[in-house]
Amino acid sequence: MRNNAVMWRVIFVALYMLAATPAVATLNIEITRSAEGAARIAVVPFGWYGQGAAPVDVAAVIAADLHRSGLFSPVVVKDMLEKPDDAAAVDFKNWRVIEVPNLVVGRLYNVGPDKTGEDIYTLRFHLFDVYQAKVLQEMTLQGRKKELRYRAHQISDLIYQILTGQRGAFTTRIAYITKGLNVKGGGRYTLFVADADTENALPVFVSPEPIFSPAWAPDGKRIAYVTMEKRRQQVYVQDTTTGQRDLVANFMNYNGAPAWSPDGKKLALALSQDGNHEVYVLDIETRVLKRITNHWGIDTEPAWTPDGRNLVYTSEQGGSPQIYQYTFSSGEIKRLTFEGKQNLRASYSPDGRLLTFIHRTEDRQDHVAVMDVATGLVRVLTDTGLDESPSFAPNGSMIIFATTKIDERHQRGVLSAVSVDGRVQQMFSLPPGAGDVREPTWAPFGH
Amino acid sequence: MKRVLSLAVLAIAPVLFLSACGGSNAVKEEAAAPAPKTPPPVETPKAQAPRAEEPAPVAKSATPSVHQLDDPSGLLAKRKIYFEYDSSEVQSEFRNVIAAHATYLSANASAAVILEGHCDERGTREYNMALGERRARAVMQALTLQGVNAKQITVVSYGEERPEDPGHSDSAWAKNRRAFISYTSR
Repeated sequence: MRNNAVMWRVIFVALYMLAATPAVATLNIEITRSAEGAARIAVVPFGWYGQGAAPVDVAAVIAADLHRSGLFSPVVVKDMLEKPDDAAAVDFKNWRVIEVPNLVVGRLYNVGPDKTGEDIYTLRFHLFDVYQAKVLQEMTLQGRKKELRYRAHQISDLIYQILTGQRGAFTTRIAYITKGLNVKGGGRYTLFVADADTENALPVFVSPEPIFSPAWAPDGKRIAYVTMEKRRQQVYVQDTTTGQRDLVANFMNYNGAPAWSPDGKKLALALSQDGNHEVYVLDIETRVLKRITNHWGIDTEPAWTPDGRNLVYTSEQGGSPQIYQYTFSSGEIKRLTFEGKQNLRASYSPDGRLLTFIHRTEDRQDHVAVMDVATGLVRVLTDTGLDESPSFAPNGSMIIFATTKIDERHQRGVLSAVSVDGRVQQMFSLPPGAGDVREPTWAPFGH
Repeated sequence: MKRVLSLAVLAIAPVLFLSACGGSNAVKEEAAAPAPKTPPPVETPKAQAPRAEEPAPVAKSATPSVHQLDDPSGLLAKRKIYFEYDSSEVQSEFRNVIAAHATYLSANASAAVILEGHCDERGTREYNMALGERRARAVMQALTLQGVNAKQITVVSYGEERPEDPGHSDSAWAKNRRAFISYTSR
């Protein structure tokens, strides 16, 4: 047991070092739909006080974060009339004249090595209200080189919170799966964990056989996923900090569709012990298994309401696949979706007010849709037609999903993120020919 | 990029192979093998049975005749059962193929098959896993109804993971909605 733990650590470190190669699995980001009326903001290139080139372009990271949120339209650097890096140097009329209501300036210092000889950096920034000539926020942060991107995301979170009143999700992480196309008919499947902007991607698990349905535990550390490494589906839970990997569901036949309860103690699953996919809830610690559905049709893709009192799942009990909700206390089952040919793979927004799912239109196109739980109103968010796996950002502002990009020579699986109002969409892809990206899932806050 | 990616993955493979053997599995499924001191070969063995199109060579028998499973003109050479959109109903045109395999399996108790269920890419991954399993089970049911011992059959769904045609057209999708009869012993 002890040896196992040590081995896990060694494996994880080995993976970490391999993944440190920057060329590995960096995704291209492309904003495919921008919001009209997004707020203009200027993030001036940060002053750099140190030897050589700056280790990170902090302003570029912040501007890209704010842009991806869809709520902001950062001013391009060449349109800036001045480039102050300190509060004292700002002349507000240079920003009023180009109609920029908010301004960010800052400096990055190398303050020299600590006791271990590693360089320490200080980041100082100001956020201004240009028209009121007022400082909205100023702050000094410190970090090592490898922490600087994270510090920049923290600044983005702060700016976003101050200007929108909503918590930013730029410091959170996502998980996704890539499938390399180098083996005919098969491929190599890799489960990655990356920052929300897809930087710092680390492989968590690799297999020649399919890996799918990754699901973050509420602790933001563990991931449950399904693998076919034994030529059948089994559910594992892997700790992304230690690398430790545990087989949690290995019942007869199919084991899949893991979904964590909000307290992190249970997994809802789809199992086919009796020859048909049904929804179950497994207590991870006690191993007690509770059957939820009992129907000859397919029941799968469970997800919990944020209060843990209900499960939503895909069921064919009405003929075509639709979303149903099961209430634990009463055992009551309620159908939630009625529009469209099919509705599948639902999950709740963190506040429980919205439900996202895959909506199949009458002409058999699969789109990401959102339902307002209170009113039942459904809105289709995408114009892509082969969408899968929608997952809410932990602040509820965006939905990340997988889709297929088809251009003249290549068709490949890509990730896309869309704002919940559908106004902004972006795409994350591997370079053409390098393979598919799929099954994104956004980690919760606070790891 | 592709090269870099695949090289990196190759380098990771032995580490992960190790990792697959370890872990503290709550569900006892495999005997904990002692971790080998030296990493196993770079290429992890592919857990894939030989495809029917490229049958494993049969031991030479006294008669020079081709094994009936390998006779390209026989019904037993047909291993794919295609399905309609969103359906797991075995179409009548495949009944004779299934009957031929049922007869063979009933007559050869040591023969065994894996029935793979597959789907087109439309629909969600988990739903397709369920639909693929239902397709494979539909074929299994047809075989067992004709007297095949269920112990000779293993069912596995690949959902939309292994398309026969990687295209996104109706004709590609029609080829991908299938069950595949894979002989693991004959």
